[in-house]
Amino acid sequence: MPNTLGKPNLEIFADTLLMEAKKDSKIIVVTSDSRGSGKLVPFGKELPQQIVEVGIAEQNLVGISAGLSASGKKVFAVSPASFLTARSLEQIKNDIAYSDHPVALVGISAGISYGQLGSTHHSIHDFAVMRCINNMTIVAPADNFEASEVIKQAVNYNHPLYIRYGKKPMLDIHSGKTQFQIGKAIIIEEGEDVALIATGETVQRAFLASQILKENNINPTIVSMHTIKPFDSETFLNIAKKSKIIVSIEEHSEFGGLGEQCASLLAQNQINTNFKIIGIPDEYMVNGSQSDVLDYYNMSPEKIANTTKSLID
Amino acid sequence: MTSHSKLLKQKSIEYRKTILEIIFNSGAGHTGGSLSCVDILNVLYNSVMDISPKNFSKIDRDHFIQSKGHSVEALYTVLCDCGFFQRNDLDTLNQFNSHFIGHPTKKIPGIEHNTGALGHGLSVAVGLALGLKKDKKKHRVFTLLGDGELSEGSVWEAATSASKYNLDNLVVIIDRNKLQITGGTEEVNPIEPLSNKFESFGFKVQEADGNSIESLLNIFQNIPFQEGMPNMIIANTVKGAGISFIENQVSWHHKVPTQEEFNLAIQELEENLKNA
Repeated sequence: MPNTLGKPNLEIFADTLLMEAKKDSKIIVVTSDSRGSGKLVPFGKELPQQIVEVGIAEQNLVGISAGLSASGKKVFAVSPASFLTARSLEQIKNDIAYSDHPVALVGISAGISYGQLGSTHHSIHDFAVMRCINNMTIVAPADNFEASEVIKQAVNYNHPLYIRYGKKPMLDIHSGKTQFQIGKAIIIEEGEDVALIATGETVQRAFLASQILKENNINPTIVSMHTIKPFDSETFLNIAKKSKIIVSIEEHSEFGGLGEQCASLLAQNQINTNFKIIGIPDEYMVNGSQSDVLDYYNMSPEKIANTTKSLID
Repeated sequence: MTSHSKLLKQKSIEYRKTILEIIFNSGAGHTGGSLSCVDILNVLYNSVMDISPKNFSKIDRDHFIQSKGHSVEALYTVLCDCGFFQRNDLDTLNQFNSHFIGHPTKKIPGIEHNTGALGHGLSVAVGLALGLKKDKKKHRVFTLLGDGELSEGSVWEAATSASKYNLDNLVVIIDRNKLQITGGTEEVNPIEPLSNKFESFGFKVQEADGNSIESLLNIFQNIPFQEGMPNMIIANTVKGAGISFIENQVSWHHKVPTQEEFNLAIQELEENLKNA
């Protein structure tokens, strides 16, 4: 069955949050002049008492979110991922994570979503910096289903949470029978010998790569590792033990993200598998659209398939 | 002088003794800043705020965030006296595996936000005050900032939101002791005219003698200074206040007294207590 093209995950986020906030007046959204890019204009119009606007001030956004949480609100702090996880990192560390306020930090237009706007607006560091902050959960939903489910679960999630959204329409990867649970990886297809482990918007690319591989009589296991922390080590290790080849794919630096998490688990569990990390290397990045940049850095379905095949040969 | 203010004055001297004792015994602490702000904390906890071990787990109470987290010895001392924990707990300060560390942490009963990195407290206090206001709750949020801390840009980000949302339930107190670790605040990075700056950011500003019980009692009675405006108290203090040889000395920012200095300080405080 061909997978249909859904909406941008960002739109699903905003629609779901509005729906949840209509049912629960404790939900408050905090924005830093980011309601437009966060698709939250309808939210602001329909629920003006449930939106707090701080202007272009990300540190203040996070600090105020911590305080609102202390007053009993269920807070979603929404700002471009690049600024949220760098400009206000100390507020995230101290006022959210260390002070244990269950705020949902929503990083919008994450990864290379801003394309030609350049490196100031890209977030290819966010998994790395957020992973080493204690008490922080990190989720990158793959498709519209995951994008919606994570928000529903975030409403009553009792820990600090970082959710990363891209803004391009995504293929509907999941059939609808799938269960989504923060911290539990989703096996999209179970194959043999080869596994593609992806997160966020690169799951779609891994999925399309698997179609190419199937045409070459290679049936990979495909995993949406939507939760980067706490990592579903159990699922990963079960797959790793059965696989001769593992490829991880992420819209993030090769350093400190999904790939290195996988590598750490492989090494520390004495699993000698042919393993490759596909991510953004440590160099001055090329400029272009999100799609062009990801393709350039070996994340086109064809290149993912080729990389996988090269490990077999 | 009323019997209440006399009691608070005695407490302030006792608090200073405790601050010196725990810093001396543990071998670390921020002596100067704790001594400058302890009278403010004394008046807040014993006369102004509706916070106690009984109501602390509830949201319906007053709230306090100490943004200048390094002066934690003063906060521990006052919280201990208010019954949040016992003195023998406090005596574990800085020991391995003690929750009593050099900056406020929520692991300690009575502390509601972890601080230490400067410039954070005001945003959090603004969020709390905004949340209470949205729920039409009458309680207030107090936050204590250092004057050196005002160089942090995040303070001014928070100030804009405080006035935007008309947070007259927010009370910001500046411990204006005019010294920071390197030297005088006006030499390191001038912050004057402070009152004008916060007024232009939409605060209603009043000044008090931050080491005078009467002056503090008086100013807190006037809150809110003006309906619809966040309150700012510039509390003019002396760093190291109450111990003559520690007062106004940059070197006492986080100096630990020697045995001799400790004895002298305690002697001076006990004499003051007799006359209080």
